Amino acid sequence: MTLSQFEARASSVLQNVDLQHSYRDAMDYLVERRQQQFNDPDEWYTLRKIGSSIKTKALSRLPELLLQLEATLNNNGIQVHWAETPDEANQIILQLIKETTASTPPDAHAPVVKGKTMVSEEIHLNQFLTQQGIPCLETDMGEFIVQLANETPSHIIMPAIHKSKADIAQLFKSHVSGQYQDDVDTLIQQARQHLRQRFQKATVGISGVNFAVAETGTIVLVENEGNGRMCTTLPQTHIALMGIEKVIASLTELPPLLSLLTRSATGQSITTYINMISGPRSAEEKDGPEQVHVILLDNGRSRLWEDPTFRDVLRCIRCGACMNHCPVYARVGGHTYGTTYPGPIGKILAPQLETQSSASELPFASSLCGACGEVCPVKIPIPQLLLRWRQEATGQYRSYHGSHFSATHNQPTPITGQRYSRWEHLIWKTWSWLNCHPMLYHFMTYLVTKCRVLLPRRLSGWTSYRASLVPASNTLHQRLKTHQRHTTSSKKQA
Amino acid sequence: MTSINNIYLYGTCTIDLFFPEAGIDAITLFEAHRIQVHFPSEQTCCGQPAYTSGYPEQARQVALSQLAAFPENWPIVVLSGSCAGMMKHHYQHLFPEDHPQHIQARQFSQRIIEFSEFLHHHLKITLTDYGQPVQVALHTACSARREMATLQSSQQLLSQLNNVSVVSPPYEEECCGFGGTFSVKFSNISGAMVNDKCSALEAVNIQHLISADCACLLNINGCLAKRQKTSLQGEHIASFLRHRCLPNKPYP
Ligand code: SF4
Repeated sequence: MTLSQFEARASSVLQNVDLQHSYRDAMDYLVERRQQQFNDPDEWYTLRKIGSSIKTKALSRLPELLLQLEATLNNNGIQVHWAETPDEANQIILQLIKETTASTPPDAHAPVVKGKTMVSEEIHLNQFLTQQGIPCLETDMGEFIVQLANETPSHIIMPAIHKSKADIAQLFKSHVSGQYQDDVDTLIQQARQHLRQRFQKATVGISGVNFAVAETGTIVLVENEGNGRMCTTLPQTHIALMGIEKVIASLTELPPLLSLLTRSATGQSITTYINMISGPRSAEEKDGPEQVHVILLDNGRSRLWEDPTFRDVLRCIRCGACMNHCPVYARVGGHTYGTTYPGPIGKILAPQLETQSSASELPFASSLCGACGEVCPVKIPIPQLLLRWRQEATGQYRSYHGSHFSATHNQPTPITGQRYSRWEHLIWKTWSWLNCHPMLYHFMTYLVTKCRVLLPRRLSGWTSYRASLVPASNTLHQRLKTHQRHTTSSKKQA
Repeated sequence: MTSINNIYLYGTCTIDLFFPEAGIDAITLFEAHRIQVHFPSEQTCCGQPAYTSGYPEQARQVALSQLAAFPENWPIVVLSGSCAGMMKHHYQHLFPEDHPQHIQARQFSQRIIEFSEFLHHHLKITLTDYGQPVQVALHTACSARREMATLQSSQQLLSQLNNVSVVSPPYEEECCGFGGTFSVKFSNISGAMVNDKCSALEAVNIQHLISADCACLLNINGCLAKRQKTSLQGEHIASFLRHRCLPNKPYP
């Protein structure tokens, strides 16, 4: 059997002992930190319920809240742009950069600095700007490392989690300092100096958004390094990129969500910085950007929103806890997924947000253990949603719920893939037929037990890691029949 | 002691084919507590393999025939946690409100009780341990752990046994990597998971591995046997309890 790209990448990571250890250690650390934060089950239960209902309520009023947000942002002097596709978002950003740099002397050294934003990864902004000849410098330490290595983030919170200290030291030697040294504090100092020079020259700062408050027109950004604050205050123009699902109704809803986010993500009660941005620099202020722009990106989100089951996934606050607890993620690492968002949440989002070929097989790459759903701070039923994608892949969801689907106009795009072949369907049909006919089932299981020595010793995949399956010499049904312990339901009914 | 007189036993296809002893042991335990056990010959599979593979239509067909196989209004005690979870929590997805069998399925689901939960919560069984001192590890299937609270029941049952001490191997809560067709479709990932599970078990000093979920046992036992680092083989909690608490009880 030929391996898919996903499997091939997974297999190579599985053989990389060092990488296995770095992932495992990092995940163990994050799991432990989160555990310490939520060691009171009652508090966790209550807070999670509050958080998930805030997001559920906000989503139920999404169109209205977005319009309100647009109005309040405008009121605060923040300009709002709507982007349906990644390309539209990129074009808007390009236009804004051009407008800003046209009025200032161009500087070849990073006119654009960027704080950590997964949405910018989603729209492949760095790649796009590079093609346009505009360097865009990552300023989050993890993202900076990943950019030096010309890679993509392997984790949504810890982008460079796959890099060892030696890897980083080597990268810094080549790109930053010219000398190899692997003392962490020194490396951080070097990066800070390198970045600070760029910050001073940058004319445009790009950031993400963790929450946007419709009532007050505030965008909220959490971070630990202070680079986010630099990106949003130093340059002349600040562009904040957000998915449309980030909007919440009021400021009072913020504290529980912040608490869930930082405790789930890094095990911190609160992050070092919480930036609340509610407008450009005013006349009497000495610093801050002259212009603030917010780009509201759809990119498949409204399709998920239209679907009553998939709408749940829009509650996601991108804390990363689902990947930290995922036994598949911990082993195959973030790059194996080949998608912007890796891990369990990525498996749900990718088929809708991305065009990667692996997207349709990802929902199957799970043992459905449920660890993700258990730790999700906003109660997204991830395993249930994986099942839904599986049913979409086989076409059975649409065939059963067809009537519902004709009623909605903007539905999730179904996923397809050659893995879900007619052959597989036939196997399940046969399996079903067998299990619907007890006599036949008994006969088949009888045959299996009687011919057990003839069963294949090797069963692709299974026996690579396990001894071959040997059935018992008599089934439970056979034994109970011998002892006349079988009851027949039809007789009971009579 | 409660007033439960009759129960249905749902063996599951895995027990039927691979661990029939566990079924016999469960019946022995029940009958020792004066419970009349009914084992309908029409029972087959709960439908979970097709359901988790994305084939709800085939799962529904099989589920329908299970609905018909347990006509009396007795509790249905299930010998495997994940199958119990399927019948208790997922039949509602197979038979949503607009399905003609919705109510029947809901009533059926309400009668489903996982084996250790039944012994602990419903039968409120008192166990006397006649065995030698041993150290054991308890493996709980993920879905059972998360959907059925099986873990607490199993722990409570084992805590009644004076000579049994339960050891926690590293990464105890982590999935064993089975996941139905996942183990074949993504065999390398599943293989890595089960190998890790086995090395964690090999790292602790235990004489028994106990579980209330036979699909996990099939996976773990197969890998333990392939690795050949220990002679340890997991057993169903029904068998373990029967051997320790009713050592001389013949099969009725
Ligand atoms: S799905 Fe839940 S756990 Fe995963 S990143 Fe989103 S909020 Fe966090």
